[in-house]
This record gives sequence, C-alpha cells and structure tokens, in this order.
Amino acid sequence: MNQLVVKGASLPGGETADLLVEDGLIREVGKVDAPKARVIEAGGLVALPGLVDLHTHLREPGREDAETVLTGSQAAAVGGYTAVFAMANTDPVTDTAEAAERILDLGRMAGLVDVHPIGAVTRGLAGEELAELGLMARSRARVRVFSDDGRCVSDARVMRRALEYVRTFGGVISQHAQDPDLAGPTACCHEGELSGRLGLPGWPGVAEEVIVARDVMLARHTGSRVHVAHVSTAGSVEVIRWAKAQGIDVTAEVTPHHLLLTTDLLSGYDPTFKVNPPLRPDEDVEVLREALADGTIDAVATDHAPHARHDKEHAFADAAFGMLGLETALPVVSTVMVATGRMSWADVARVMSTAPARIAGLAQEGSQGRPLEPGEPANLTLVDPAGELTVDRDASVSLSRNNPWHGRRLTGTVHATLLRGVPTVLEGKLQ
Amino acid sequence: MKHLLSIDDLGVDDIHTIFETAAEMHDVQHRSVKKLPALRGRTVINMFFEDSTRTRSSFEIAGKWLSADVINISGKGSSASKGESLRDTVLTVCAMGVDGLVIRHPASGAARQVSEWVDAVVVNAGDGMHEHPTQALLDAYTLQRRLGSLEGRHVAIVGDLTHSRVFRSNVKCLAKLGAEVTVVAPPTLMPAGVEAWSSAAGFATSYDVDEVLPKADAVMMLRVQRERMSGGYFPSPREYTVGYGLTRERLAMLQPEAPICHPGPMNRGLEIAPEAADAAASVVLDQVSAGVAVRMSVLYHLLAGEESA
Amino acid sequence: MPAAQADPAHPDPGPDEGRTVLDARDVSRALTRISHEILERNRGPEGLLLLGIHTRGVPLAKRIAEKIAAVEGTPVGVGALDVTMYRDDLRSHPTRGPQRTEVPATGVDGTVIVLVDDVLFSGRTIRAALDAVSDLGRPAAVRLAVLVDRGHRELPIRADHVGKNLPSARTERVGVRLAEIDGYDEVRISTMEESA
Repeated sequence: MNQLVVKGASLPGGETADLLVEDGLIREVGKVDAPKARVIEAGGLVALPGLVDLHTHLREPGREDAETVLTGSQAAAVGGYTAVFAMANTDPVTDTAEAAERILDLGRMAGLVDVHPIGAVTRGLAGEELAELGLMARSRARVRVFSDDGRCVSDARVMRRALEYVRTFGGVISQHAQDPDLAGPTACCHEGELSGRLGLPGWPGVAEEVIVARDVMLARHTGSRVHVAHVSTAGSVEVIRWAKAQGIDVTAEVTPHHLLLTTDLLSGYDPTFKVNPPLRPDEDVEVLREALADGTIDAVATDHAPHARHDKEHAFADAAFGMLGLETALPVVSTVMVATGRMSWADVARVMSTAPARIAGLAQEGSQGRPLEPGEPANLTLVDPAGELTVDRDASVSLSRNNPWHGRRLTGTVHATLLRGVPTVLEGKLQ
Repeated sequence: MKHLLSIDDLGVDDIHTIFETAAEMHDVQHRSVKKLPALRGRTVINMFFEDSTRTRSSFEIAGKWLSADVINISGKGSSASKGESLRDTVLTVCAMGVDGLVIRHPASGAARQVSEWVDAVVVNAGDGMHEHPTQALLDAYTLQRRLGSLEGRHVAIVGDLTHSRVFRSNVKCLAKLGAEVTVVAPPTLMPAGVEAWSSAAGFATSYDVDEVLPKADAVMMLRVQRERMSGGYFPSPREYTVGYGLTRERLAMLQPEAPICHPGPMNRGLEIAPEAADAAASVVLDQVSAGVAVRMSVLYHLLAGEESA
Repeated sequence: MPAAQADPAHPDPGPDEGRTVLDARDVSRALTRISHEILERNRGPEGLLLLGIHTRGVPLAKRIAEKIAAVEGTPVGVGALDVTMYRDDLRSHPTRGPQRTEVPATGVDGTVIVLVDDVLFSGRTIRAALDAVSDLGRPAAVRLAVLVDRGHRELPIRADHVGKNLPSARTERVGVRLAEIDGYDEVRISTMEESA
C-alpha cells in the first residue's frame, strides 16, 4: 500500500487536518487513521495546493550552461512548485509542435514538476508572422499559453490576429508589455531621477502602460482574453482595474522581485539587479502589493531568469537582464504579504496556485490548482510560516548564481512538495 | 581615497590639493626637461573601450612626464562581444602587474564596477553618460585661474545634458567649490527627473539661454551630437543653433571677461560660433594644457605615495 | 608663506626640550661667515644663484643673498627648490603636495648654484636636490651651504659651507627655528626620551 499521511497540517480555510494520500490522489481529509502509511509530520505547517508558475525560463535548449530543464525543475520543486510554464525564448525558439514536445519530454524525464512549454506567438519571436499556434495546441504538449516574452508583440495587427486565433482552443496570450519605441534596446533602468543622475538609459513606465491599454482594448474588440506578464507600474494596475470593471477578460501576474525590490538598488550599478521590466520606485511597489491583495493582479509568477556569470559580469548597460526566482518566491511573498497581514494563506493559495492554474487551463482539466479535497490530485506544498531563511546564493540548486536575494532574511519556507503524492522535496531538500 | 571614479569621491580640500599640485605640474610643461621622477617604476594602463585621442593622449603625456610606464590598450567591449566578460577582460590586463588603470567605457557605471574587480587604482576617464571627473577638475581649475575663487560665481552649462558626463561631473565639482550653476537645455535634452535632482543638489535649470547668459560669470558649452537630431530629440541643427547655440549675437550678450569653455571636440557653427570659439574669452586651449597638469596631479596623488587601505 | 611641512621621519624637538646650540646671535654670525665664504670661494658674486631647499632653506637663502648684496653692493640671484618629487622615500609615506620651485627667468644654465638648507643629516635630501637641479638645466657648478651639519651621512655628500658642525647621536633630534617661519631664531638638540 503506497499510503502517505500528512499529519496535522493547517489548511488554507483555517482548519487543521490530516490528509491521506494514495495512488497520486487525496483520499481523505480530516482525522485519518492509517497505521501502515508513511507519515509526514505537518504540525505547525500550512498545506497549500501545489504552486504553479506561469512564467519561468528553463534555458534548455540553447543555454544549458545557465540552466537545464532538470536543474530548473529541481529549483522549482525546492520552491514548492508542482507545475511550471517554460517560456519560449530558447534557442531554437519553441515555435513548433516538435519543439514543444521536446520540452515536455525533458520535463517528464526529470520527473520533479509538470513542465508545460509555452509556445511563441510569432515565428522566431520576430513579431511578424504567427507561429503554428494550432499545431502546438494539438501536440502532446497541449500548449495553451503563448508568449513572445523577452520581446513585446508590438505590432497591433499581429496582436489582434493572435488574440482572435487562440480563441478556437481556449488559449491565452501572455504579453511582455514594452513599447519598443518608448523603451528601446538600450533601456535598462526605470526612467526617473535615479536614471537621470546615474546616466543610465531610461525605461519609462508609460512604455508598459500604453501596451497594456492597447491590449485590453484589443481583447475587448476580439472578445478574447489577454494576460499581462510581470506588471511593474501603478499605471498598468490602473488600466487593468478599469478593464476588469468593464468586464474585459484580462488577467495579470506580478513577480516577487517587483513586490519588494526598488530601483534605488541600482545606484551601485550591480547587474544582479538588472531585469526587464526594471525595478521601479517605492510608489509603484506599494500599488502592486495592494493590487495583488485585492485581486486586480491575479497571480504571482517568478520570471525565473538564470544567467551564466559571464553574461552578467559586464558593464551594467551590457549585462543580461534577469534574476533567479523559483526557490525564493514563496518566502518573499510570505515575508512581504503574509507576515505584514496583507494576505492570508488562503490568498497565497489563490495567487500562487489556483489562479495561475485556471489562467493556464490546468484547473479546468483537473491537474493542478485544485482544492485540497478527496478525489483531487495530491499536488501540495507544505509551508512553515515561521521558518527563517537567510538566502545564500551558493546554496541554490539552480545552475546560475544571479540571485538578488543573497544575504536577505526572509520568513516562510517550503518544507515539503508533493507531486501527485510523491514527495519531491522533504525538509527543504530534494528527494 | 583609492580611486577617482566620480567627483563624489573628492572633498573640497581634496580638490584644492589637486589644484595646488597641478599648478606646480603646469610649470613642468614649460621646461626643457619635461620629467618628474615621482611615478618611476609605476605602470599605468590606459584602457579605452571608446575612442578618444584627446583624453587618452592627455593621460598618456601626464603619466610619461611623471616617469611612469604608460601603455595604451583599446578594449573592444560591447554587448555584442560575448564570451569574455568585462570582468575577465580587465582582470587579464591587470594580471600583468598594473598599478593604475585609466578606463574609458561607453557604459555608465563601468569604472565603478571595474574598481570592484581589480586591485589596481582606477581612474575614470569617462563612463557612458555618467561622469568624467578629470574633465570637471580641469574645467574648474581653468576657470579658477581666470576668475580667482569660484565662490558665488554664476556658471552656465548649455547643451545636451541628458547624454553628457561632462555636465554630471561639472555640476558636482562647481557646487563643491561654491559656484552657482544654471543648466540650460531644450526639454528633450534635460535628464529625466532633473527637477527633483536639481533642487536636492542645488543647481538651477532653464530652457531660456538668452535669459541666463547675461548673468553668467562663465559659460560652458557642451558638444551636441548630430545623431541626437535624428534620434528625434531635436528637429534640426539649425533650430538648435538658433535656440541654444552660442552665436555671434549671444557672444555680445556675455559679460566681457566671462570665460567660454568647451570640453571639445567643438562643432563649430552648431553649438558654438567660430567667433566665440576663437574669442579672447575662449579658454579652450587653456583647458587642454590644464588637462595635462590636472591629470598629472591626479595620477601623482593616487599612485606616488604609500598605498592606502 | 606656506606652512612648514613636518617631516614625519625627523620630528623637531619642542621649545622646552633639550638644549640650545645656537641662539639668534649665533645664527646671524654663522650666516655672515657663510656669506663671506661663498664670496671667497666664488671669487665674487658673478653667476651665483642661491637656491633654498624647502622649507627652512628658503629664508636662509634669502638672508645669505641679502648679506652678500650688502657686502658687494649688487643683488645676487636667489630662488627656491622643491624636491618632493625627487625623494627616494615617496612610496613609504602618504603623498605630499609639492611646493613652489622658483628660479630666475633666465634659468640655471651656466650659473653657480649654492644649495642652501638648514640641517644636513643623511644627505638624501641633497641627492634629491641634485636630481631636481639637473632637470632644471645645466649649472656651471653646484655647491652646498648648510646651517648645521649633524653627521650620519648615508650617501657620499658633503657640504662646502657649514654654519656649525654638531656631532649628534642618531637618537637625538636637531631642530631649527627661524624668525620668518617660527617667529624666532634658534637651533636646539634633544634626545628622543625627553619628548612628552
């Protein structure tokens, strides 16, 4: 009997219960008596549905020196994730059914999280012609989320066609909102007083906002839905809030780093803090936190972006964009939002599991982001709300070291992760 | 003070010390034996990732007149050349046994980042749009020799401020020496966030050069790059000259003794009329000779004595 | 007048330490004798250039120049020499800014330079001065006049004109005070242990 009991966990609803897990499913919730079962002591721990990341870069194929599907899966599992969506800006780009299936298979071989490849919106991410969206959707990878992330789908006509096209199979476009004329290829720092003083090419918030505004209007016009990746400005939040009030089908995500880190960190020109979209000032960070708490922003997504050391050890303007995020996402959200009382653990379950799973179509098909109830797949994450962590970048399981959290103290750690009843992480360590 | 990366690294006393030593170094330029042995045995590398004959040769002469061994290296460092990181490049060069690294790079902040990677003393010879501290020092030194103390003097800086490291260093240096600075540019060439920055840092901003020039005790004209015109910052060179150039008419508006500075190279006819460039008040050539003396002074103070921590 | 730069290697004795070796009148008589010796050795004032070495050599050179001018009735060339850049101990101390080197506009070529300093000790300052002079030009001859020679040479340097020979222990300190800088004239010697 491959039975496992999670004993004495706090469920998102508030009650304490045992969970009996067997053959990959939750069998019972409540007071469980199963003497032959393996036990995971969960007294004082919070049980969440397995976390789902809508936005991750696994770098394979093409940059296996920075990360592979295996090492990325390890980082995800350590971070409490049971499913991740891998962005398409690999080399070659994931713009065909074959490329998508390859990534699906790599994820299955690693066997630590469900890896769902994201398909490119346009061929080669060039922004001109639609990629084979339908073939990717019909492939074994069953691609539902499409994104040119790294680049913006800036041509309005192309974006309109893409939004119309994905309606046939319930797909969603995740837009990296960055108007290339307002924030061009050299833009690397929030445009404001600091960029003016430091002489760094600016990336004004309005470059994100004009695309968000355009895309919600296109979503309305096409009767389609659109997802805004890594929202970073107060202005974008305003537009999204208005759009939702109009009944427009828009969803949005925010990264852990945009919830806590601000642009002042750039004053030392440390490329560890170089990211796209850039870190913004306090005022924007505060609005993002409110928006996550009140549901205007639906989900937290890591935008985990590993980089080899030699791609970061350049002058700031020349260094690669991106930060690691999978292993620290839950501790950051816990420290910023739960420990301060802005969100409950039920809210965390919503923004880090059920909402992203629903946006990607996984909840509807029953595989992820499901309630912790009998009959549901046993994808769960056990969190120690009082666990203290001082981040050590060298202790990471990612292949890369571009970690903006190094040395920071965070509260709230992942104790265990179960993927369909099998522990992938116990006591914070990979199994 | 181990490095010279920014004017922020210098206190007012440090600036005065550098000027006093520069005055002595200036005399060396007029001797038949243009040598001082102070940096004998020291090796200084000029690592220029961005072309500049003028600044590089100024540093080269400065080092050689102090008897240092000076070597020029052109770095090809841009985001396009992957494989070797900037860190690897500078560590390789410094592994040869380098005491001083004079670095110019097209990216803001590069000098500071490099100083965190190498053991050598680092002198910023211009990093992107961020700072050019020796330029500001030689500009202030030149003005001080013409005007006496800069305390309370009005200095106008005119030109493309957004992209100018000369402006960023000068505004700090002149403020430390007690000058009142007004910067003038069209709105599209004012740095982002300048309102907050200027009130915190104590300089004034203006879009109206005709209003500022008559009150100025000294004028600094900045080079405007023609590429900025096509970048949509400004409609045309002609419109820039009429609106912001130091034309013959504006030359007449200036106080007669007010020195005219320009970091060079000059776009005669664009930001500065030939009559202004060649006027008696123009100190452009003094700036060049001051540049060698000031750079000798900086290299001496950073490299001659015992190494500080 | 720039403030006298303390030489970190040889701190001067304080006003109450040790004993007086020369008082103001002794200093004056010594300088008068030196002035006559210089004229005697040079057979007159022709071509003389008195170069005082910073800091206290400079007023001494001026005084000698005045005494010579008083005797001969013609002015004689006088200037100041900064040797900071030529010191052999630059690397072992924090950097010191240089002071003014002043020589006549006609330069030093063909002149008879008389270097003037207050105390001659290891000889390294004079070695540096000789290097500094050779970068200024080519004098016909270089001679050395000092107020006090306290021995302990580390280089083959000797003075042509000496105000007072003052044999001293290495551990003793010799300090010269001059009216132009310190307000009064005096030469003192003290042992290290006597300092506060």
